[in-house]
Amino acid sequence: MEKDQDKILNEVTQGEYKYGFVTDIENESIAKGLNEDVVRLISQKKNEPEFMLESRLKAFRYWQTMKMPEWAHLKIPEINYQDIIYYSAPKQKVTLESMDDVDPDLKATFDKLGIPLDEQKMMSGVAVDAVMDSVSVKTTFKESLAELGIIFCSFSEAVQEHPDLVKKYMGSVVPYTDNYFAALNSAVFSDGSFCFIPKGVRCPMELSTYFRINAANTGQFERTLIVAEDDAYVSYLEGCTAPQRDENQLHAAIVEIVAAKNAEVKYSTVQNWYPGDKNGKGGIYNFVTKRGKCAGNNSKISWTQVETGSAVTWKYPSCILLGDNSVGEFYSVAVTNNHQQADTGSKMIHIGKNTKSIIVSKGISAGVSQNSYRGLVKVVKNATNARNFSQCDSLLLGDKCGAHTFPYIEVDNKDAVVEHEATTSKIGEDQIFYCNQRGIKTEDAIGLIVNGYAKEVLNKLPMEFAVEAQKLLAISLEGSVG
Amino acid sequence: MLSIKNLHANIEGKEILKGIDFEVKAGEVHAIMGPNGSGKSTLASVLAGREIFEVTEGKVDYFEKDLLEMTPEERASEGIFLGFQYPIEIPGVSMVNFMKTAVNQQRKHKGLEPMSSSDFLKLMREKKDLVELDAALASRSVNEGFSGGEKKRNEIFQMAMLEPKLSILDETDSGLDIDALRIVANGVNKLKSKDNATIVITHYQRLLDYIVPDFVHVLYNGRIIKSGGKELALELEEKGYDWLKKGVDL
Repeated sequence: MEKDQDKILNEVTQGEYKYGFVTDIENESIAKGLNEDVVRLISQKKNEPEFMLESRLKAFRYWQTMKMPEWAHLKIPEINYQDIIYYSAPKQKVTLESMDDVDPDLKATFDKLGIPLDEQKMMSGVAVDAVMDSVSVKTTFKESLAELGIIFCSFSEAVQEHPDLVKKYMGSVVPYTDNYFAALNSAVFSDGSFCFIPKGVRCPMELSTYFRINAANTGQFERTLIVAEDDAYVSYLEGCTAPQRDENQLHAAIVEIVAAKNAEVKYSTVQNWYPGDKNGKGGIYNFVTKRGKCAGNNSKISWTQVETGSAVTWKYPSCILLGDNSVGEFYSVAVTNNHQQADTGSKMIHIGKNTKSIIVSKGISAGVSQNSYRGLVKVVKNATNARNFSQCDSLLLGDKCGAHTFPYIEVDNKDAVVEHEATTSKIGEDQIFYCNQRGIKTEDAIGLIVNGYAKEVLNKLPMEFAVEAQKLLAISLEGSVG
Repeated sequence: MLSIKNLHANIEGKEILKGIDFEVKAGEVHAIMGPNGSGKSTLASVLAGREIFEVTEGKVDYFEKDLLEMTPEERASEGIFLGFQYPIEIPGVSMVNFMKTAVNQQRKHKGLEPMSSSDFLKLMREKKDLVELDAALASRSVNEGFSGGEKKRNEIFQMAMLEPKLSILDETDSGLDIDALRIVANGVNKLKSKDNATIVITHYQRLLDYIVPDFVHVLYNGRIIKSGGKELALELEEKGYDWLKKGVDL
C-alpha cells in the first residue's frame, strides 16, 4: 500500500513547468557584480533624478552592514551577490508610441504566457504592465485610465513623470532599513509598477503587472507602489513566471501599498516562478517584502496570494492598521512540491482603534518539500477593541513532506480579541478511491480535493485569475498523491 | 454481465475471500447476506477495484472483459457503481462540481462530448427528486455535514446520475430509519431495468422487503455457503446464521 502511494505520488508530482521556455532576444546587460558603481550605473541607465540615486546609495551602504536573516525555516545555500547581473533589459526602442513598436519577439513571449499586450485582444477589464527582466515592456490601457486621473505606469516612468509622488510615498511603508532584502532592493531595483488612484475614484478595471525573468544569471528586483487616496478603490493583480534554468536565480521585490481614508486596495498574486526540477536543481529564490499601510480611518487592504512556484519563498504580506476602524486581510494558498521550501505568512499590526484583521492560510505540501506558516499579530497599547482571527490549515500529500506553523501573538491591550485556529490533514486514499469509483482519474481527483481545500482563498481572487489559479494548483501537484 | 470464478483476495497478507463463485445477469437483483466479518464489504471493494485488496486467485469477467485488469475509474466508466457503506467527505468540493467531473469523465470514456452546464443542472434537479434531497444539495460539499441518512440518499442520487449497469450497494440500509429506508429503496427500484443489475449487501432482511431480490447468497468466512431465492432471506431472519455455519469447513 505504501508503495502504491509512493507511485501515485511520484506520478502526480512530476508535472512539467509550462513556462520554462527562454525567449532568444537581444539583451543589454551590465557586468556581474555589485558595488557602488553598479548602483550608480543602474541609476544612470534609468536617467534618474538625483534624489533617487541618493536613496539607492544610502540603501546600498546600509545593506553592506547587514547580514542575511537566518530565522526562517529554510535551507538556503549561500548566495554569491557578486555573481549576479543586476541590470538586464531586452533591447528595443526606448519609447513606444504604439503596439507596432513592441519587439515582435517580446510580444510573442507574452502571448505565449497568455498575456496579450494588444489591447484589442486583452481580457476585458484588465490593464497590464508587462515587465521583462529589468524593464517594463508595455503598459496597456494607460490613456483611458488617465482620463479618470489614474496613473498606471512602470516605476521608471513614474520616477520621471511623477517624482513628487514617488518621493512622497516610496519607502514610506517599507523603509530601506526594514530588512536585508528590502535594503538590497532599494539599492538596485530596476523596474516595477506604479499606481495612483486619486481621491474618490473607483478604478473601473483590474490593474495587473506581469513579471517575467528571462535573461540568465540575472536577478530581478522590482518595486511596486500603489497609492489609493481618500475614498479610492483598486483591485490589483500580479503574476510571475521564469524560464527553466539549472542555476538558481534571485528575485527580491518590494510592494508598498498606501490606503488613505475610506480607501480600499485588493492585491492578488499568482506566483509561479520556476520552482526548480524534481531533484531540486535550479529555481527562483523569492525574497519579497510586501506591506500595506491602512493610513486613513476606515481603510482596507486585502492580500490574496496563490504561491506555487519558486525554489525558496520568503514572503509575509502585511498590514499596518494605523487608521481607526481599518481592516487588514490575508488569504493565502501556498503549494510546495518536490524540493521546494516556503516560509510564508503575514503580519497584522493593530495600532488604530477598532481595527480588524483576518488571516486565512492554506498550506499544501507534497514531495519532500517544507511548507511553513509564520505570522505575527500585534496589538499595541492604544489599539482598543482590536480583533484578529487567524486560521492556518496544512494539507499533506505523502509522508516525506513537512508542514510547520509559527504563530506569534503580541498583545498589549486587554480589550483585544485574538483567535488562532490550526489544522493539519492528509489527502486520504479513501477520498481518492471515492472519486475513482465515480469515474474520476486520480490526477483529477487530487485537483478537485486540493481546490476544494483552497476554495476559501480562491474565492477571493478576481474571476479572471481564479480559473487560472485552479488549474495551476492541479498542475503544481500533478503526480503527488498519498 | 458478471461472472465471478473462484475469487480469492487478501488484505495485508490475510485472506478474506476464499473462493467466491457466482453470476449476475442483466435484470437481476442479488442479495448478499452474512454475519459480520464474513467478507461482504471486501467483495464489494474488490469488484470496485480498491487497491488495498490483493486478488490472489480467480477470475472476474464483466461483459466478457477481464474486470480485474481494469483501474477503478475504468470500472466506473464501464458501468460499475459502488454505493459506499461509509460515504467519504470531500470538504470544499461542491456536489455539482464533483458530479459534473464524474459524469463528464465517464462520457469522455465513452467518446461523448461533455454535457453542457444547463443540461447538467437540469439532470441534477430531476435526479435529486428521486431520493427527495433538497435543492441546496448542488452547492453543498460532498457529504460534508450530511446526516447519516442524507449520505446514503446521496449515494443513490449519484447512482441515478451515473446510470450504472451494475450497482453494488454496500449496507446502504445501515443507519437508516424506516422513512429513509423507504426513500432509498424506492430510488433503487425506480432505477431498475431489464438492462441493469443490482447487488445488495445487507445484514438485515428488512431492506429486502423493499428491494426484492431474485437471488440470496449467504457469505460466511470468505465463501458463499448457501444460495437461494428470496425466501432464504426470511429463513435467515427467523433462524439466524448458526444453522448454516454447522457443517461448514472452516
